[in-house]
Amino acid sequence: IMCASAKYNTRGPALIPRMKTKHRIYYITLFSIVLLGLIATGMFQFWPHSIESSSDWTVEKRSVHDVPVVKLPADSPIPERGDLSCRMHTCFDVYRCGFNPKNKIKVYIYSLKKYVDEYGTLVSNTISREYNELLTAISDSEFYTDDVNRACLFVPSIDVLNQNALRIKETAQALAQLSRWDRGTNHLLFNMLPGGPPDYNTALDVPRDRALLAGGGFSTWTYRQGYDVSIPVYSPLSGEVDLPERGPGPRRYFILSSQMALHPEYRLELEALQAENGESVLILDKCTNLSDGVPAARKRCYKNQVFDYPQVLQESTFCVVLRGARLGQAVLSDVLQAGCVPVIIADSYILPFSEVLDWKRASVVIPEEKMLEMYSILQSIPQRQIEEMQRQARWFWEAYFRSMKAIALATLQIINDRIYPYAAISYEEWNDPPAVKWSSVSNPLFLPLIPPQSQGFTAVVLTYDRVESLFRVITEVSKVPSLSKLLVVWNNQNKNPPEDSLWPKIRVPLKVVRTAENKLSNRFFPYDEIETEAVLAIDDDIIMLTSDELQFGYEVWREFPDRLVGYPGRLHLWDHEMNKWKYESEWTNEVSMVLTGAAFYHKYFNYLYTYKMPGDIKNWVDAHMNCEDIAMNFLVANVTGKSVIKVTPRKKFKCPECTAIDGLSLDQTHMVERSECINKFASVFGTMPLKVVEHRADPVLYKDDFPEKLKSFPNIGSL
Amino acid sequence: MQTRKKYILLTFLASWLLLFFFGGDQLRRFAFFSGRKAEARRSWPRWTDRSLLKIFADPEELQRDGDPSLLSPRERRAAWLSVYRSSRCRMETCFNLSRCERHGFKVFTYPQERGQPVSETYGKILSSIERSRYHTLKPEEACLFILSIDTLDRDHLSGQYVQNVDEKIRGFPLWNGGRNHLIFNLYSGTWPSYTGELGFDTGQAILAKASFDTRSFRPGFDVSIPLFPKEHPQRGGDRGWLYQESVPPKKKYLLVFKGKRYLTGIGSGTRNALHHIHNGKDIISLTTCKHGKDWEKHKDTRCDKDNVDYERFDYQELLHNSTFCIVPRGRRLGSFRFLEALQAACIPVLLSDGWELPFAEAIDWGKAAVVGSERLLLQIPSAVRCIHPERVLALQQQTQFLWDSYFSSVDKIVHTTLEIIKDRLSPHRSRSRFLWNVLPGGLLVLPDFSTHLGDFPFYYLHHGYSPSKKFTAFIRVVSQAGSLSQPILRLIQAVSGSQYCAQIVVLWSCEKPPPPSGKWPQTSVPLTIIQGRRKLSDRFFPFGAIQTDAVLSLDEDTSLSTSEVDFAFSVWCSFPERIVGFPTQSHFWDAEQGRWGYTSKWTNELSIVLTAAAFYHRYYHSLFTEYLPAGLRELVDGLAACEDILMNVLVAAVTKLPPIKVTQRKQHKEGVAQQAECSDGAAGTPPPGQRSPSAPHPAAAREEGTDGSRRLSQRQDCLNQLADWFGYMPLVSSQLRLDPVLFKDQVSVLRKKYPSLEKP
Repeated sequence: IMCASAKYNTRGPALIPRMKTKHRIYYITLFSIVLLGLIATGMFQFWPHSIESSSDWTVEKRSVHDVPVVKLPADSPIPERGDLSCRMHTCFDVYRCGFNPKNKIKVYIYSLKKYVDEYGTLVSNTISREYNELLTAISDSEFYTDDVNRACLFVPSIDVLNQNALRIKETAQALAQLSRWDRGTNHLLFNMLPGGPPDYNTALDVPRDRALLAGGGFSTWTYRQGYDVSIPVYSPLSGEVDLPERGPGPRRYFILSSQMALHPEYRLELEALQAENGESVLILDKCTNLSDGVPAARKRCYKNQVFDYPQVLQESTFCVVLRGARLGQAVLSDVLQAGCVPVIIADSYILPFSEVLDWKRASVVIPEEKMLEMYSILQSIPQRQIEEMQRQARWFWEAYFRSMKAIALATLQIINDRIYPYAAISYEEWNDPPAVKWSSVSNPLFLPLIPPQSQGFTAVVLTYDRVESLFRVITEVSKVPSLSKLLVVWNNQNKNPPEDSLWPKIRVPLKVVRTAENKLSNRFFPYDEIETEAVLAIDDDIIMLTSDELQFGYEVWREFPDRLVGYPGRLHLWDHEMNKWKYESEWTNEVSMVLTGAAFYHKYFNYLYTYKMPGDIKNWVDAHMNCEDIAMNFLVANVTGKSVIKVTPRKKFKCPECTAIDGLSLDQTHMVERSECINKFASVFGTMPLKVVEHRADPVLYKDDFPEKLKSFPNIGSL
Repeated sequence: MQTRKKYILLTFLASWLLLFFFGGDQLRRFAFFSGRKAEARRSWPRWTDRSLLKIFADPEELQRDGDPSLLSPRERRAAWLSVYRSSRCRMETCFNLSRCERHGFKVFTYPQERGQPVSETYGKILSSIERSRYHTLKPEEACLFILSIDTLDRDHLSGQYVQNVDEKIRGFPLWNGGRNHLIFNLYSGTWPSYTGELGFDTGQAILAKASFDTRSFRPGFDVSIPLFPKEHPQRGGDRGWLYQESVPPKKKYLLVFKGKRYLTGIGSGTRNALHHIHNGKDIISLTTCKHGKDWEKHKDTRCDKDNVDYERFDYQELLHNSTFCIVPRGRRLGSFRFLEALQAACIPVLLSDGWELPFAEAIDWGKAAVVGSERLLLQIPSAVRCIHPERVLALQQQTQFLWDSYFSSVDKIVHTTLEIIKDRLSPHRSRSRFLWNVLPGGLLVLPDFSTHLGDFPFYYLHHGYSPSKKFTAFIRVVSQAGSLSQPILRLIQAVSGSQYCAQIVVLWSCEKPPPPSGKWPQTSVPLTIIQGRRKLSDRFFPFGAIQTDAVLSLDEDTSLSTSEVDFAFSVWCSFPERIVGFPTQSHFWDAEQGRWGYTSKWTNELSIVLTAAAFYHRYYHSLFTEYLPAGLRELVDGLAACEDILMNVLVAAVTKLPPIKVTQRKQHKEGVAQQAECSDGAAGTPPPGQRSPSAPHPAAAREEGTDGSRRLSQRQDCLNQLADWFGYMPLVSSQLRLDPVLFKDQVSVLRKKYPSLEKP
């Protein structure tokens, strides 16, 4: 919130200046300028026309063949060849992108033209189906702008996906005459099939000066790290064939090669591999005697057996992806789609989106020289890991390979991340499949730190009007050596807290915060007054805890600063009869929650509870005046994936969990309500995050046969 | 307000409105209604004939991308070798992989030549390599070579500059054009351009260089290392300064910089602009003109005031009290400031365009730093203000993790460099980027153990795995008197009684052969006997027979009940990365003697769990045997009772957390006297009677004997040698013990799951 306001301040004064009584002339001038502007626009752009024309654009019924034709004179300029030393800070104009609150680059697409040379011959196909899909995707995305002046990145509509389908010199000339070309600065070209015979360059041969290249098939020598983007070669089969995701489990073949035009040398090595390892290796080739009408692209053969492609890929655990004339191969996309783990054998190849994707999790890269060792290398991979790689491969396809849209958006996102690195998408977001994102936790307090004892803790007492009991709690808690401050949250709006002179005199600062509403969540607000990391939440009637017990609790919290460390423990159980969760407060051998009537926790969780509690849980708690402690247990367990720590033996707590509704503690309705909370929260969280454990923490020498006076915490467990 | 002014205001507003409604596109685009704008914007046309468009490449063309070129793959690779050299080197072309196949990844350092002193820093680098587990003394075994010539400072104006390197190198028979060599460098080039030149022909050698420029960096070949001062510790290293994790960050300043302002020359552009963002409140950016001899010559109008302001703040104070620290380029791209900020948990805001960040091949700097652009300096304040408090907290923690894992000592910097290179040699057995960037860091994760995350004790939460639900009981036998003793029979019975026990493995470390299988008790779980090599460190060898994640390490004379084992295992499942066990001991700092003390007395704290009865993850066997250098294991084998301390130190160094003690029935061990010592005990084998001092007996009494005190002093020696070796004391103390939830509670025993733990 603070940030938003700061942002607007930096944007200069508000657009409509406030009227001040002076400076009349200033306003009059402004007014007349506006009026003039109005007249001018009225004259030059008759309004019905302008609106029609812009809406016309969106629903336009036009054919590609109707686009304007541009004739390129033979002597029109040609850009310099690509500059291999280009990097974002040398060849890219960041000022065009500017600071914007959404941290999104703006991408402009040039309108489609048909380019012809002097003799009227077409320079290239106007646009391919894939490039049209790509541009449509950009246009529909958040990145798009139709305002060439606000654009940070320019995408020509000149289709260079396939170098073989264009005339190099003329295409370069077409690029050079784009209205904002400026040596290609901030221009992005998409190319999937670079190079051509005989040398098959690994980057697009069209001279393009400083333009960025999103290329399929870069080698480490042509790829400008941090400037270019390596993209996949799109496989049109992705759209044609529907291969449902296959679950884990054994597959018929261990290694499969499905590429058709392999170099004989590679094929020999593969066949050697097959000879050695028998039927678990399948080397397919093109079919020689297919009947007419059957697309050759969809069939593969081994001897006389005919296999459907790409379906056959699903029958194998590993699929070989060898380089061909080019490094980038469309088969990679098919293999990923089939959930087959690609074995990539293409030295120096820059894998698609390698800037952000961790290919080690989805593929096996083997140097060409070690091709013969492939079998033993693959055999050494643990089965569980293979299953994860299969899932990962499939996920890469779904997220980044399956359509031209996916490819386009991933490319733009990568460039966006470079320009706004502080808002970049994280490794996990790029790489974790949904199943992993769902089941993994990233603990916000992941660093193993034991906070210094000297910091102490802040006790936060939530109270309504039980002043006498409150004062006793304050007196008791103040005896704990590590207490550094006491905060009373006065939740009663109808009554003032007692006068200063009436409060107990204690050795640490005592602050009273008055709340605006009587809400249970007030107990978990991250008050600025809390200056320590450790918070002790304590009810105003918990007077049975000894100073040793509290001090010990604090020491335990220091060893587990990312957990709830509390005294009374509770358990959740699955009720098989009712088919739902049940709350349990009896003497059990297990715990999964601690009550926050007396519990230590990190102040960060106050922040989470107040601002990041999922769903309507917070309101629900405030409306029911119950279960704030269960909500806190859910929250902490969900973000950390860890159990609570119950400390010290069980005591007879008067009524630890129902301070708000006195006398109902053992009442059946109360238990029912608590059970309801658990079921409600489990459904909001979409899972049951609570962890059940069988242990509690005691001092090292608890109940040991040892002189009490030598123990650090002798007074533990007294009733 | 006067009516007239109201009128003016009204007309003014009305005309604005008119302008917006009727104005042309240009005007409407001016800002206000972005929603409206989206509707009216001109998007890419939906062509009527889009479905008829031609496909970008024929499917056959895509699938039959043959290689008709004149060269076969093998010929092409051979041709590469001559084309892609020096500045275009890659591992494929400039590194001889076959050298690493026979003996694995071994590193050879050239012997020091007389009359060739090396700088202190280079000396540290060389000794780091010599301390590493990859070091070899035989050049014929080596995969990687390190020169003895100090190449760190290649600024020829510097005093450390070594002359005639080219000539010397040519004299080395192993040089081979630099193939398989690794050259370390911290400073290259000199005033005024500070280019990356080293002043000699590095040939095909890999460069591990500070301040690497992305353009001269050979990706996947060179390694960018951080610039570190000559005081940088050899090993261990100071911890980071973050000890409090607060949200929002409770630091006095948001963003600070204090440093030199270059008045001219390279790097002055950025440094000259830094004062613009100073606001005197939460952003402090101070520059001084004073540097070099003739700064007064270039002095500008700001200098005098700046110099005064500069003296008002202390650099260390700023570092400690700021959330973000600007790390601009100096004359060169890297600076000491970078590591200083990292250690201080002051999130680095990098303003050094074109800097290949240290270890960027492995480290994801976006998780620990803000990579700014020199050109957008003025946006930095608003950009960092907009970073969410949770993200700030995560960035801060990550700085500490990275500092502690890869940068805090010369050892770590050098070992990280080596591991990165090693990972390239066999990509299929290398660390994923994920491993490098989460705790405990890449150096502590051995891809040779497994490449699957679920096999390590550290990632259960990250990917929702859990450790296997069974354990392996691993009993070491060192003593034997003809037949199996009563304690070991009882132990086998008790352990195999546990429902979680998958197998029992006995390590027979005695010269006499183990009793025939018929003599062993019948158990419900498989029992395997391994003949050990009678070394103490043997008990932590990664035996293939151990097939579960959890290992219950036992001595033959340990006495445990089934319910103790069950309970301890349930605790271990919650803390799979720690050692969870029964008898414990602790260390303390003995200020009087100025060394670490060790006690087996009953204390209120613990930091060591004896491996005579402890659960831990089997990965620690691999770490113990593969990760620790051979020298350290030899040390342990030579001392009488040190191997379990080393195990505890190792686990604490990995986790930074204390071990866990669990409830233990009284009377942990029975009659120690009845056991006979293994005849002809090897030099290192301790008298078994003194192994594993048990906690229940007041230790003061136990250690009265001379044996006891000798043992204690041996263990103390061991502890001190280990602390010295690690460079710090990794052990962490704990004040708690984990008991069953109802332990000794006043409730019927029938309700209790582990009632027998309470019996005296």
